[in-house]
Amino acid sequence: MDEAQGVTGFVAIDGVTLAYRGASGPVTALSGASLKVARGEFAAVVGPSGCGKSTLMKLVTGLVRPNQGSVALEGRAVDGPVKMAGMAFQNPNLLPWRTVLDNVLLPLEIVEPHRRRFRAEKAKYRAMGEQLLSTVGLDGFGQRFPWELSGGMQQRASLCRALIHEPALLMLDEPFAALDAFTREELWCVLRDLWQKIGFTVILVTHDLREAAFLADTIHVMSARPGRIVASRTVDLPRPRELAVCYEPRFTALVHELRDKIAEVRQA
Amino acid sequence: MNATLERLSPLWFTLGMFLVWEAACRLLKIDPFILPAPSQIAGAIAQYWRPLMRHSFVTLWTTVAGFALAVAFGVILGLIVGWSRTIYRGLYPVMIGFNSIPKVAVVPILVIWFGIGEVPAILTAFLISFFPVVVNVATGLATMEPELEDVLRALGARKMDIMLKVGIPRTQPYLFASLKVAITLAFVGAVVSETIAANAGLGFLMAQAGSNFQMPLVFAGLMMLAVEGIAMYAVFALVDKRMTRWAFRSSLSAAG
Ligand SMILES: Nc1ncnc2c1ncn2[C@@H]1O[C@H](COP(=O)(O)OP(=O)(O)OP(=O)(O)O)[C@@H](O)[C@H]1O
Ligand SMILES: [Mg+2]
Repeated sequence: MDEAQGVTGFVAIDGVTLAYRGASGPVTALSGASLKVARGEFAAVVGPSGCGKSTLMKLVTGLVRPNQGSVALEGRAVDGPVKMAGMAFQNPNLLPWRTVLDNVLLPLEIVEPHRRRFRAEKAKYRAMGEQLLSTVGLDGFGQRFPWELSGGMQQRASLCRALIHEPALLMLDEPFAALDAFTREELWCVLRDLWQKIGFTVILVTHDLREAAFLADTIHVMSARPGRIVASRTVDLPRPRELAVCYEPRFTALVHELRDKIAEVRQA
Repeated sequence: MNATLERLSPLWFTLGMFLVWEAACRLLKIDPFILPAPSQIAGAIAQYWRPLMRHSFVTLWTTVAGFALAVAFGVILGLIVGWSRTIYRGLYPVMIGFNSIPKVAVVPILVIWFGIGEVPAILTAFLISFFPVVVNVATGLATMEPELEDVLRALGARKMDIMLKVGIPRTQPYLFASLKVAITLAFVGAVVSETIAANAGLGFLMAQAGSNFQMPLVFAGLMMLAVEGIAMYAVFALVDKRMTRWAFRSSLSAAG
């Protein structure tokens, strides 16, 4: 089973074309996009604005269906919402009427088998939530409401919500884009540590090439719309990576290489 | 000092208005048959206190009954309309058409169906006040953040889960905001219907007093209407503020 996945990938997108029904005719968002991500891999997707990165995320999680091609997860074709992926977006989207802890626990009220046990084992789950919050530096904030938190803190809580049910797959769509540089680097480390500790598979969409280079095992570059993957680059920086790695020449060289590639696809 | 002055300003303005009114009536020697002075109205209120109270209670009860129906029906219809785009599309023109009918025009029909009495007043109050409830509840559901929906759907949430966990709680501030509007409209509906065809209620009392040329009593009825209307609005404004604190706070923090 594991070997088969080694060949086909944990996430396998194969020759996918997708068109939205726009207000003025169809918009082709993706055309012949293919992507493979191995189990436990940290993959980053970069590309020009509007090239279909968010669309790719929706395909993997089964929120939209391809017009052509196939999407598979763990070797099984995706033909509806996947029921297990954790997602986080640029906007933390916390529910303002719930405390931070209750926001984080929300997925457990939905995902089986937690859903069935949630009422009976509430104390256990709350402890789990508090534990997770403290690993992202939010200990003691569980009983606060989202509006009492800064943007960066809300984003940490949003990450916790995406991870509380221990998903095998974490989908992140520009999660740090709205944060200041310091907070962003802090959260890179938070994400790095969580990933190293838990070992889920990540697909991270980002505009920040340094973010991609610092965090990912593999960086996929997309073409302008209609999007497809035009280049995949393995990042061979050793792990565990410290922020200092960002100032090393080989890191800078990698970022420049990516930048050139994106400039190239934007021209085309 | 300034703060207390500001807090009490509604009181000063109300008192001032009555004083000017009283002075104008006395100085200009306005015929009490045209416009009674506040002192004469107060006299009429004292004199007719019992019937005024009785009719006020009838109006209060018909208003509240119509309003309660409107909230129950409005919430259910709002949830249905907000649930599905198809239903929304289909019902929208019907509701707009219905809402644009002046409800006064419906009162005679209701009277034919149900006879003179409290039922037409309750139904008029209901008909005139359910629309804002429907619209607000449906808006609350329709303006749900699509990304949040994606987060939940990727977890395998069914439509019902999304409704219960997100949709319905987030319509709460919309609902409470609509209650303030709806209670005022229900009051208008009840009084209009009572004025046209009823045998009790403030509207009926005023119509009767008017045809008997008892102007101070007409104005006494008007005063009771004002007091009742303000009281009902104040109750729901308070409920709104109490129940939806998070909505105000979070919009404040979103701005900052
Ligand atoms: N619901 C929709 N209806 C119609 N067209 C859409 C819809 N969603 C996206 N598109 C179109 O599909 C294309 C890809 O959109 P997508 O959101 O995937 O881009 P993106 O790469 O995530 O962009 P960005 O980097 O700005 O977030 C865009 O050109 C957009 O106009
Ligand atoms: Mg996007």
